[in-house]
Amino acid sequence: MKAMTYRGPYKVRVEEKRNPVIEHPNDAIVRVKLAAICGSDLHLYHGLMPDTRIGHTFGHEFIGTVEKVGPSVQNLTAGDRVMVPFNIYCGSCYFCARGLYSNCHNVNPNATAVGGIYGYSHTCGGYDGGQAEFVRVPFGDVGPSVIPDWMEDEDALLCTDALATGYFGAQLGDIVEGDTVIVFGAGPVGLYAAKCSWLMGASRVIVIDHLDYRLSKARSFANAETYNFGEYDDIVVEMKKATDFLGADVAIDAVGAEADGNLLQHVSTSKFKMQGGSPVALNWAIDSVRKGGTVSVIGAYGPLFSAVKFGDAMNKGLTIHTNQCPVKRQWPRLWSHIQNGYLKPNDIVTHRIPLEHIAEGYHMFSSKLDDVIKPILLVDQN
Amino acid sequence: MTQRSERMPAYTPAHPLVPDSDELRARIPGWGADLNKEDRPSVPKLKFLETGAHWDFPERQPEKWPRERSVEHRFLTPVFGTAQPPRGLSGAMRRYGYKFSEGRAAHWMILLYADRVDAGEQHLRSLLSLRPDNPVTETGFKAEFTHHGIRSRFARKRVDLKHMWMDPLIVAGPWIMAVFLARKLFKRN
Repeated sequence: MKAMTYRGPYKVRVEEKRNPVIEHPNDAIVRVKLAAICGSDLHLYHGLMPDTRIGHTFGHEFIGTVEKVGPSVQNLTAGDRVMVPFNIYCGSCYFCARGLYSNCHNVNPNATAVGGIYGYSHTCGGYDGGQAEFVRVPFGDVGPSVIPDWMEDEDALLCTDALATGYFGAQLGDIVEGDTVIVFGAGPVGLYAAKCSWLMGASRVIVIDHLDYRLSKARSFANAETYNFGEYDDIVVEMKKATDFLGADVAIDAVGAEADGNLLQHVSTSKFKMQGGSPVALNWAIDSVRKGGTVSVIGAYGPLFSAVKFGDAMNKGLTIHTNQCPVKRQWPRLWSHIQNGYLKPNDIVTHRIPLEHIAEGYHMFSSKLDDVIKPILLVDQN
Repeated sequence: MTQRSERMPAYTPAHPLVPDSDELRARIPGWGADLNKEDRPSVPKLKFLETGAHWDFPERQPEKWPRERSVEHRFLTPVFGTAQPPRGLSGAMRRYGYKFSEGRAAHWMILLYADRVDAGEQHLRSLLSLRPDNPVTETGFKAEFTHHGIRSRFARKRVDLKHMWMDPLIVAGPWIMAVFLARKLFKRN
């Protein structure tokens, strides 16, 4: 089969690889139709995530049809059109039983601090991902869902991570009616988090980034007020001014490990790998939120330490909510919001790229060329 | 002199003025659809739900080679990825790294250095294959010409331009160094 493979920092190509096989009785093999490149894939692409091996196939956002199932699979049959959450999870461990699907203890031998994720290094379990013609999907009875007939492929694809994570991020903010919410990052997850903050009753939603074209999308797609932090000497002071010097009730970090805004922090992380993540957006979130407020962290960070301003967080009495999104928990409600017209996920898709052009796709997304927001990979074009 | 409290919310009990809910509902599609905090999909955080699992503990996947695992696990998890088994010097480094717990920086730093060694090993191996690595095509540099590389960067207020110049050095640096060392060795011999 054809599959994207990692060849070292900033280098990927398409290779012929062996088709995946059933390795566990509850495995399914899915023929991928669409996949996406996620902003968090760029952390792997830049060589930031430990134990990212040469030859690894990335891709944790994908949909397709079931090709084959293992002997114990009861809920799927070959030919089903399925969406697969980015979490690999067993459904029965202490954590899965309590709804923490992203924290499964039975699928990732390499680490206990993170669950299993498709195509996200051996630190997340060593599973090849969905930027390929076929992918092994463990626990076919637990993770995947048959896509409702009314749902478009691209919308289903975006429910597998970006939309679900944005929606989850707004929930982690514990937003109540009348709250002011600041979202750091106008990438796909940030845009969805901003959009979903309104669903929970926010009275103001402010989005911060340094890319004007993305801020323009935040205004049109998510009805948000926007600030380009590159235009201000100190974005935290600007946020205080914008909120009557109170600070926002909720701040959402939708940037994660490679945040810009402080050259030293960015370079020490992204280029020299001396931190698990550049905490610029997280520190701004901590400093911009009001005392007693809530910080929601859905940006992905690596496992090494980061220079987070924890003293400010403690002294301000903040509540910090974090997690990788337990995707499937969000689906029934998201489907309802999509059907009601409250959310139109594929409004943020800007590029549709054949799998063969994967190297150009990663370069474009990494370098933010051509006003890219969300690139989708066309894997099976038949 | 007393100031109007709504103008100084942080310094008085007053809450900042907020727009009327009906106005927001009319302006924003779906505003307030998830207003009830108790009725949000991830509330409460810990919640027993039907997952589709028909086992208490999953059947074990066969272990075809000694699978590296975190020392913080009681045993090898019943299901695991089998992509890219460790091999060569990088594989030995990785196995060593897994002797340290996830709480130790040594664990992660060794894995990170093993990744760089892996890259070197695999680049060399590729030179002996029918498809050697091509550092130009694999970086996707062509996108600079097909996706407006110049227009996307300049005359814009992008703060990442301050460090983007380092990327070509990170990509090409090791190759240039390798060629330089190979030439030096060749000349000496």
